[in-house]
Amino acid sequence: MAILLIAEHDNQSLKAATLNTLGAARRLEGEIHVLVAGAGCAAAGQAAAQFEGVAKVLLCDAPQYAERGAENLAELVRGLAANYSHVLVPASAEGKNLLPRVAALCGMAQVSDVVGIESADIFVRPIYAGNALATVKSIDPIKFLSIRTTAFEAVGVAGTAVAVETIAAGPELGLCKLVGRELTRSERPELGAAKIIVSGGRGLGSGDNYRRVLEPLADKLGAALGASRAAVDAGFVPNDFQVGQTGKIVAPQLYLAVGISGAIQHLAGMKDSRVIVAINKDPDAPIFQVADYGLVADLFEAAPALTQAI
Amino acid sequence: MKVLVPVKRVLDYNVKVRVRADGSGVDLANVKMGMNPFDEIAVEEAMRLKEAGVVSEVVAVSCGVAASAEVLRTAMAIGADRGILVQSDADLQPLAVARLLKAVCDREGPALVICGKQAIDDDANQTGQMLAALLGWSQATFASKVTIADGQATVVREVDGGLETLAVRLPAVITTDLRLNEPRYATLPNIMKAKKKPLDTLDPAGLGVDVSQRLITLKVVEPAKRSAGILVSDVAQLLEKLKNEAKVI
Ligand SMILES: Cc1cc2nc3c(=O)[nH]c(=O)nc-3n(C[C@H](O)[C@H](O)[C@H](O)COP(=O)(O)OP(=O)(O)OC[C@H]3O[C@@H](n4cnc5c(N)ncnc54)[C@H](O)[C@@H]3O)c2cc1C
Ligand SMILES: Nc1ncnc2c1ncn2[C@@H]1O[C@H](COP(=O)(O)O)[C@@H](O)[C@H]1O
Repeated sequence: MAILLIAEHDNQSLKAATLNTLGAARRLEGEIHVLVAGAGCAAAGQAAAQFEGVAKVLLCDAPQYAERGAENLAELVRGLAANYSHVLVPASAEGKNLLPRVAALCGMAQVSDVVGIESADIFVRPIYAGNALATVKSIDPIKFLSIRTTAFEAVGVAGTAVAVETIAAGPELGLCKLVGRELTRSERPELGAAKIIVSGGRGLGSGDNYRRVLEPLADKLGAALGASRAAVDAGFVPNDFQVGQTGKIVAPQLYLAVGISGAIQHLAGMKDSRVIVAINKDPDAPIFQVADYGLVADLFEAAPALTQAI
Repeated sequence: MKVLVPVKRVLDYNVKVRVRADGSGVDLANVKMGMNPFDEIAVEEAMRLKEAGVVSEVVAVSCGVAASAEVLRTAMAIGADRGILVQSDADLQPLAVARLLKAVCDREGPALVICGKQAIDDDANQTGQMLAALLGWSQATFASKVTIADGQATVVREVDGGLETLAVRLPAVITTDLRLNEPRYATLPNIMKAKKKPLDTLDPAGLGVDVSQRLITLKVVEPAKRSAGILVSDVAQLLEKLKNEAKVI
């Protein structure tokens, strides 16, 4: 049977997380169909048709999908799901919001945050903030999987584009309306896709310090900016900077933790980074237990010095 | 209007997780358990709505072993009016919990359910969305601000790129994010009072819900440990290592 992947997109192109999810789908056996649902999303449909491993794109272009609300989308996917052995989304805010609703409408379980695919029905997923890895077998006829994108390689563009098939829209349920969106604008790379992340914690002391000390460093490195929960709660930076068990999961080539103690909930979001650097004035900070390179120093001296030296 | 708050008993978030050597699971014997932190936020939010006069009754519900009554008492100490324990020794997975909660909603008729966004043991992040689906209600997940007026909830949500504001028709399911509020501490007099509040016990069979597992856990292991790194003496050495050893900049 075939595999259905629900694409995340901005009507023009696919979000990077979708390409990693495609990477996961390719570990399964079966044709991969990509659903691109949106309003005015024909370009995203064309874009999806270009990627390796995609056998067909299902394009559903209707006003009720403009805001990507879970209620209408879940109804649409429920109608399609019976034709598939697996339904995949990236484990992003959007995927986490949508997929459990679809699974429940189908009366089946979901496997969240899949980091390993052992067979068509056996999956590996982290539990307890990544302190344990569970291998689970799903007995449901359709496997609903949210994919931890850091665990799978993104696919590339294929030589030729596959067919884009237009499908009928589902109902407008009228349950929910988008009133507004306040997106953080930034010239920097997205946290999830960045090769280098400079992340700051409570040790920065204030939003002004955070910007004064970390932005020049991130600029020099072409890095994305991240933060601990404490830094977000204290209002230094917006909420979508949070890395951790309940924030974003990242795995860049280089993760610089500045003034972050390394609480288990923070580690859960970054400990799969390739190289971890910690700058902290407390030699006993737990972050040093996962850091490849630790520097015990006052961050207000060390971080600017590093910026200078690069 | 009535609000239902599902609360889960989980391993305390400060406790170090021990994976059993035989791969059968996480060791929960003799460790501190407590209410899932996101559910404390949910109870607090329900209390604030009650104090604002929007809500008339707050009912806490927990599904699980008999000891789950403890987290219901905690919820009542924070201020919930009563508790419902759906008692079961089974390994209750999100779909089963959502079905149990649906059955409780059918009996109780709340206008709003406030769940946590995720339980910090299974980290599933599913139950609220599943419950909304089974009830056919709207959902507003990952809430960082909730306002209720005229049969509608206005909810600010934490999403990947920033914030999003939704207007959802009631009845609805809301799930809490960390920054929705800071839960109050239960005071001693309120803990005493909570002991006298009503706590009903139901069971899955009585609610007509099949709670059998759909996901079979084959094994649970500790993740690979990172090998210990080194301490560098200064910024110059750090930079040298990053360039020549790690080759990341
Ligand atoms: C349910 C739940 C979910 C959570 N989810 C997350 C999550 O997703 N992400 C997350 O990050 N946290 C999360 N947390 C919070 C987590 O437990 C910690 O409280 C948080 O990560 C601490 O942030 P911090 O390291 O910035 O602050 P602190 O622990 O206060 O550490 C600050 C560090 O800065 C150092 N420092 C101070 N001044 C200087 C200086 N001048 N120079 C150098 N170093 C300095 C200190 O030595 C200290 O180590 C969660 C908690 C709970 C209960
Ligand atoms: N056994 C349970 N009893 C009561 N509420 C639960 C239970 N399991 C999950 N929940 C609720 O659902 C939320 C999300 O849990 P989960 O989907 O398991 O991550 C929790 O924060 C609780 O509000």
